[in-house]
Amino acid sequence: MSDAMPNSLHTREPPLLQTIGLTKRYGDFLANASIDIDIFPKEIHALLGENGAGKSTLVKAIYGLIQPSAGEIRWQGERIVLSGPSEARSRGIGMVFQHFSLFENLTVAENVALGLDGKESFKDMSARLEQVSKTYGLPLDPRREVWQLSVGERQRIEIVRALMQNPNFLILDEPTAVLTPQEADQLFIVLERLKAEGRAILYISHKLEEVKRLCDTATILRGGKKVATCNPRQETAASLARMMVGGEIKEVKAAASRQTTVPRLVVNDLTLAPDEPHGVRLEHISLELKGGEILGIAGVAGNGQDELFAALSGERLAKDPGTVVIEGIAAGHLSITLRRKLGAAFVPEERLGHGTAPRMRLSENALLTGHAASGMVRHGFIDTAATLKTVDKATKTFDVRKAKRDPEAASLSGGNLQKFIVGREILRNPAVLVVSQPTWGVDAGAAAIIRQALLDLAASGAAVLVTSQDLDELAEIADRIAVMFHGRMSVPLAAGEATREKLGLLMGGSSLDQKEVAHAARA
Amino acid sequence: MELVEAIILSVLAASTPLLIAATGELVTERSGVLNLGVEGMMIMGAACGFAGAWLTGSIIIGAICGIIAGTLMSLVFALMALGLAVNQVATGLALTILGIGLSGLIGAGFVGERITPAPHLYIPLLTDIPLIGRVLFGEDAFVYLSIALIVGVWRFLYRTRAGLILRACGDNHVSAHALGYPVLRIRTLAVMFGGACAGLAGAYLPLAYTPFFIPGMTAGRGWIALALVVFSSWRPGRLVVGAYLFGAVTILQLHAQGWGIGIPSQFMSALPYLATVIVLVLLSRARTGGSTAPAALGTVFVPDR
Repeated sequence: MSDAMPNSLHTREPPLLQTIGLTKRYGDFLANASIDIDIFPKEIHALLGENGAGKSTLVKAIYGLIQPSAGEIRWQGERIVLSGPSEARSRGIGMVFQHFSLFENLTVAENVALGLDGKESFKDMSARLEQVSKTYGLPLDPRREVWQLSVGERQRIEIVRALMQNPNFLILDEPTAVLTPQEADQLFIVLERLKAEGRAILYISHKLEEVKRLCDTATILRGGKKVATCNPRQETAASLARMMVGGEIKEVKAAASRQTTVPRLVVNDLTLAPDEPHGVRLEHISLELKGGEILGIAGVAGNGQDELFAALSGERLAKDPGTVVIEGIAAGHLSITLRRKLGAAFVPEERLGHGTAPRMRLSENALLTGHAASGMVRHGFIDTAATLKTVDKATKTFDVRKAKRDPEAASLSGGNLQKFIVGREILRNPAVLVVSQPTWGVDAGAAAIIRQALLDLAASGAAVLVTSQDLDELAEIADRIAVMFHGRMSVPLAAGEATREKLGLLMGGSSLDQKEVAHAARA
Repeated sequence: MELVEAIILSVLAASTPLLIAATGELVTERSGVLNLGVEGMMIMGAACGFAGAWLTGSIIIGAICGIIAGTLMSLVFALMALGLAVNQVATGLALTILGIGLSGLIGAGFVGERITPAPHLYIPLLTDIPLIGRVLFGEDAFVYLSIALIVGVWRFLYRTRAGLILRACGDNHVSAHALGYPVLRIRTLAVMFGGACAGLAGAYLPLAYTPFFIPGMTAGRGWIALALVVFSSWRPGRLVVGAYLFGAVTILQLHAQGWGIGIPSQFMSALPYLATVIVLVLLSRARTGGSTAPAALGTVFVPDR
């Protein structure tokens, strides 16, 4: 442990918030094991760690959402026991949640009012809301209902709501996960300003470059324990990652690919109306994907990626069969099973409930996608041995760690389940793989295995379509990158040309006339 | 003229129990809880309300007994569906079956007895105004109460902070919890309010509508109240429209059958349902975007500690 305070400034001022030996136990599981952390005024303090390292548990305890099993929290030197979030807020601790704690069918002003103690009238509050949002350059219309707003705007509500309590200490849980690079830059300006005003910020993020740029101090958790406190500016992204993972992360490397001349997946001018009230309409989407190629689709969540996945997988059918062509066969009207028979495979974003049936065993889940074309069914009966063999093979090839040979899907950790799902599809030797957010919420080790598997699959001649919000991931594996915005897709850029700035602009919707672009892509 | 007045009076009488029960269920559902036990709570309110009134001779005590019975029934629901996080649909259905059985047992001794029904208001001169006098100034207390109730609920939901918090719980209980609101306590109170209203609506039947008790006398009104909440897209204003429309078509089709129009009576009996569904569907088409149902409706919430 390198606990030496990196910033000499801090030795003079007492910490604003301290946890001493903070421990949280759930049954036999230690979510936080005796964590000490000091947060000083005028500091942006990063909290790093993989999923399940205990970051959320720690901030929940600091925000009063859960009670620690042992240890204490000190606020301005004084021991405090928080009865709940409202007490934390009244003391000056604010929080911006990763999964926004917003109410879709209420207005912006109502959402903000719910986060305050309600001592001022609704009218005064609305006036103050406009004033705060103007002061910090976070424009909001208080009368709009939240479901009408973009993700970036929603986050603004959360931040404004927290700022209206005038907190001395603000917790942000992965605030940039859903933002475009430009939106993130704007957020950093606000955070720097808050810091200059003398407030402290606890900043949770997976994005190490961002942490190096923004944060003064970093505390790293692993397996519920604190492993280090350091100055991220003096570390490299690789050394921070090593501390998070506790070992080296394998570099992914692309093998020489065998690009086919004939496209294996083609989308021709696909337009599809949404089937639910808040859905996105797909507009004139066209793309062409040859074997051996990985096409990345970037974009802020909710810009039509889910709808595109549904249209490609056959969960939603297109009226015109020619809009989706798999292996040269018009498949727009075909069901998901028939598309699988053509050699396509699909990995949706949501692991539990979409990718797998949570309460079914892995072998049964293997059957659910493999029944069409993998010889797991004979004369209408399930070949149990074959399904188990698939599980064993996926386990071995993709290093799936589990307690039993054939457990329920829900009992696996996110990373291991994702390895199983990707493995299950890859073992079918698909001609076309469509995968959505392949490493969302997956730890770094598993993410590397999954990315390598996608590269290997492409190298073996398959066409791979990856939707991801992680630009670094796309830069690592994709040959070309396109951006989705409001249901339209940009012309794919070659990976070498696709800088963060260019992609960021496209993700924010600024680009050429999109219709021309879509037609150009087809030509 | 006499006939029009009589029809309006009977429409108000037929609509009032629906309006009271649906108002309660609207509040319950706005907090995110689907209580399908309205019929069971209503029939318990009818049995206990009649028993209370018959034993004491007081309509007011009868109404209070009905409210208490409905509330107690809703507490059974709250214990199961909120405390133990049991499936709300199953619990609600069980509550209806329990209510129908239990009310038969409690009311068995009172079948065939009669009471004096709740008196109608009489203000000299005002009540004597032709046509509108009796409609506006000559109703029983339940009718005025039901209107005060829905206006009060509307103001509560949209004009008070407590109402905002209740709607927030119905929209997203995880967020409400994360902001520090006691979701389960708020929902329990909403369920109890729904039970109290259902009990009162049930008590209205033997205390004012027909001055005697027979088992099963709610005759599906609890289910209609539930449907009205859905068709009103959880909005108090539309609920009033729906309740009175349903009552109106019920009464009109009875008169129409009396006039001997050559349409099968079964079709006429189905008219109130059809008319209400059509009108409320047309009303909700007017809304642009946004989900109409409370987003967390019917989902189980277990707070982490």
